[in-house]
Amino acid sequence: MSEETPTTTRKGGGWAIWLPLALFAAFVALVLIGLLRPADRNVESTLIGKPVPEFQLPPALPARPGLDSRDLANGKPHLVNIFASWCLPCRVEAPQLAALAEAGVPIEGISVRDTTEALQRFLDEHGDPFQRIGADDDGKVQLSLGSSGVPETYVIDGKGVIRYQHIGEIRPEHVPLILDKLREASR
Amino acid sequence: MIAELGLAALWLAAALAALQLVSGALGLTPKGAALAGIVRPVAVVQGLLALTAFICLIYVFAVTDLSVKLVAMNSHSMKPLVFKIAGAWGNHEGSMLLWVTVMGMAGGVVALIERRLPERTMLATLAGQAFVSIGFYAFLLIASNPFERLSPTPVEGNGLNPLLQDLGLAFHPPTLYLGYVGLSVAFSFAIGALVTREVGPAFARAMRPWVLAAWIFLTAGIAAGSYWAYYELGWGGWWFWDPVENASLMPWLAATALLHSVSVLAARNALRAWTIMLGVVAFSMSMVGTFLVRSGILTSVHAFAVDPERGSFILVLLAIYIGGALTLFALRAGTVTEGERFALVSREGALVFNNVMLSAILGIVLFGTLYPLVAEAMGAKVSVGPPYFNPMGALFVVPMLVVLAVGPLLRWRNDRFGRVGGRLVIPAMLVAAGAMALLVMGGVSLLPFLGLVLAVGLAWASLLPLRERKLRRTPLAVWGMVMAHFGVAVSLFGMSSESAFSIEKLVAVNAGDTTEVGPWLVRLDGVEPVAGPNWTALEAQLKVRYKDADPVMVRPQSRSFWTPPQQTSESALLTRWNGQLYAVLGGEGEDGRWQLRLWWKPFVTLIWIGGLLIAFGGVLALIGRVKSDLRRIIARDRTADRRESQGR
Amino acid sequence: MSRLIVMLLAAIGLFCAVPSLAQEEQSTAPYAYRQLDDPAKEQQAQDLMETLRCLQCQGQSIADSDAPIAGSMRSLVRERIASGERPEEIRAWLIERYGDYVSYAPQLTSLTWPLFAVPLALVLLAFLLLRRRFRRGGDR
Repeated sequence: MSEETPTTTRKGGGWAIWLPLALFAAFVALVLIGLLRPADRNVESTLIGKPVPEFQLPPALPARPGLDSRDLANGKPHLVNIFASWCLPCRVEAPQLAALAEAGVPIEGISVRDTTEALQRFLDEHGDPFQRIGADDDGKVQLSLGSSGVPETYVIDGKGVIRYQHIGEIRPEHVPLILDKLREASR
Repeated sequence: MIAELGLAALWLAAALAALQLVSGALGLTPKGAALAGIVRPVAVVQGLLALTAFICLIYVFAVTDLSVKLVAMNSHSMKPLVFKIAGAWGNHEGSMLLWVTVMGMAGGVVALIERRLPERTMLATLAGQAFVSIGFYAFLLIASNPFERLSPTPVEGNGLNPLLQDLGLAFHPPTLYLGYVGLSVAFSFAIGALVTREVGPAFARAMRPWVLAAWIFLTAGIAAGSYWAYYELGWGGWWFWDPVENASLMPWLAATALLHSVSVLAARNALRAWTIMLGVVAFSMSMVGTFLVRSGILTSVHAFAVDPERGSFILVLLAIYIGGALTLFALRAGTVTEGERFALVSREGALVFNNVMLSAILGIVLFGTLYPLVAEAMGAKVSVGPPYFNPMGALFVVPMLVVLAVGPLLRWRNDRFGRVGGRLVIPAMLVAAGAMALLVMGGVSLLPFLGLVLAVGLAWASLLPLRERKLRRTPLAVWGMVMAHFGVAVSLFGMSSESAFSIEKLVAVNAGDTTEVGPWLVRLDGVEPVAGPNWTALEAQLKVRYKDADPVMVRPQSRSFWTPPQQTSESALLTRWNGQLYAVLGGEGEDGRWQLRLWWKPFVTLIWIGGLLIAFGGVLALIGRVKSDLRRIIARDRTADRRESQGR
Repeated sequence: MSRLIVMLLAAIGLFCAVPSLAQEEQSTAPYAYRQLDDPAKEQQAQDLMETLRCLQCQGQSIADSDAPIAGSMRSLVRERIASGERPEEIRAWLIERYGDYVSYAPQLTSLTWPLFAVPLALVLLAFLLLRRRFRRGGDR
């Protein structure tokens, strides 16, 4: 190459010339972390450890009380299950919820964007572990709890503080975990 | 049988790529010089073999050979033929085959026609092209064989995602691919030049048509993709700053910078190391984008054609090629001088400014796209979207556009603003008038405001290079530049106008109801079922009327496909010179009323018309360059002949 | 990667346009598909919705999504705007529940400062590069 201007020749030299390679190395390191440790794609509620936001939900079924946030602060830990009749995983978790209810865990339901008839059919088919079911027709209480989908299950302690959020269906292997969280919450 | 033929062609092509690499590399050494002669023919044959494999794949898709796994997974016998064919590249394996085909063909064409460069640089370039190809052949043959057979043969295929069953979309991916992979030629030229240290105007002239061609395809591909998203997704948005879109924008930004710096190198023998660097970066961005999307690292929630294992494979390829090229650059670029000097106020100065701005925008897009990963590595989640990219991009786009108005008027090497200032009085006045008008009107937020006034000024300024020229004798390349710059102004105007003046109307209506959106009256006559080849739909009959004009029917649909079962909404668009009416049929409410989503988007079509103007400007420049190159070659050959005959 | 645009958008479509899992209906929230009567407030709501991320489909803003939860979020935004809340209060309310994830507009925090530092650094770098390029290269 011709060497016409030594002053400008130096320009490319020095540390700057390694900069692209260094940036690329940083990129590779970053995506390696991302590939090796895939992040949890669930959007978790950031309300864990905080009191349940206040809400009053009307009854979803005529014969069952609706859900008031004050009902949750009655000294005993509760499970609050966010569910819907149109949600397939909710059917998968129904037996586990039934088992928990059997074991004496109070389970409250929040039924999201649902209709009375569909809900009744769902409960008839898949069992009904709920003490109260609030109808969250416009999904606003779901939003105020920081829930991003159905089903989700919250463990709430006797003072009405959210202690744990379970995203997705409760599978049989999750039951001990839920029971643990409930025990912690009752302390 | 055809599938096996394709696979055999693919293996053979891979073997030839290996041969091309070895003979090219050895050909550079004194001992292996004898091998140098076979490099060009091997490159050509390799390209043809890759093409053969691709044609075989198209064939098995066209006849729906369900014994081929890829066909069974992605096609269906009941699909219209054009979508069967498009299905060949509408999946991971097929698109990677298209990738290597384009790469092989490009290498073959370079080998066939490029005679200007020193033979050593050509050897290194073709070896580089083969080196990159080998990795992708290996990826195909090891991790994503498109010709794998399925036994037993299924009775029917799975079908193609209905959103992809759209004519625009059938040809949008290959267009973008031609762009991405076309940049591999620039990459290989850069490698070749780094190996032999021969960088200069001849090198730039050899590289320029390839950069131009790739850039034209990228521009057209991005514009088409944006238009597809606009009418197919049904919400009236045309750019979402989504990682996948950014993945296509980044190579374009790098290619645009490269296009301008290579012109400086060709005309003035300056910006040598920088041009080489951009040549490496542009194709690197293609590969990075492929990786980001295929690995699912950013969008894995959309578990679609996404596979972390393949991602790891691509990452290894990236590390080898980009890492290797950047290392070579760092080792060699210090010995490549920056070349001729120039003043701040000069054509080169403006182009350097444009390059720095484009690189900064590229940096922001890349960083913003990757930042959610950084946050995840630190155990947190953030989202980076339009509210970040728009203002941060504008930070660099606005100064760049101002310089874009002035730059083409400046002389090479050294100039004064005073000389060109007079010509910019009218554009400046247009900007001021536009600003006044918008201020009086009120209600336009800052970015669209800047966009609108800059677009008006720029549209005028972009035409100025034609003044004082005899239009007939103006080189095509200048016409191309003017048209592309004018296209930028047009597109910018469309974007800003859409953002500032769109009117949205969501209504629930009964048949017979009329609603108003902007200058339009829209009346729902009824909703009726209709059937297509592999879907059924509900179709709204909308009688729309623009001001006092005659009413026109538009028919947005809500379609249900059954293979695979999925619903899409087909928006209906009605284009007028000053904008588009955009209608979408939503669901039926419990009260029997129908949801309609209506938009009046003034001048929205200018976004894509501008995009096409930009691409067409590229085409003009390409034709102009190739013509003048040919003329130069012919002239040189004649002189050579004459010398030869005189020698005798 | 060309498919990129394709795939991505298609994928979004897969996840959002079609909550085809079951017969989940369109959001029943009152303002999911209904605009506010006051155009100024609707504009405010629209501007805010374009910068909030749909929680289910994750790749779209709630203004561009058919997902039911996006409908609930739109309704929430419109109702709160109608009752006189400022957009940034609503954003803060959502961030309190879902973290920074829900907002496409990154706030300046100890986590996100590089997003804002990098453009500044780029401006600086661009300035330095240009100055260095031209300081000695000036008129000869």
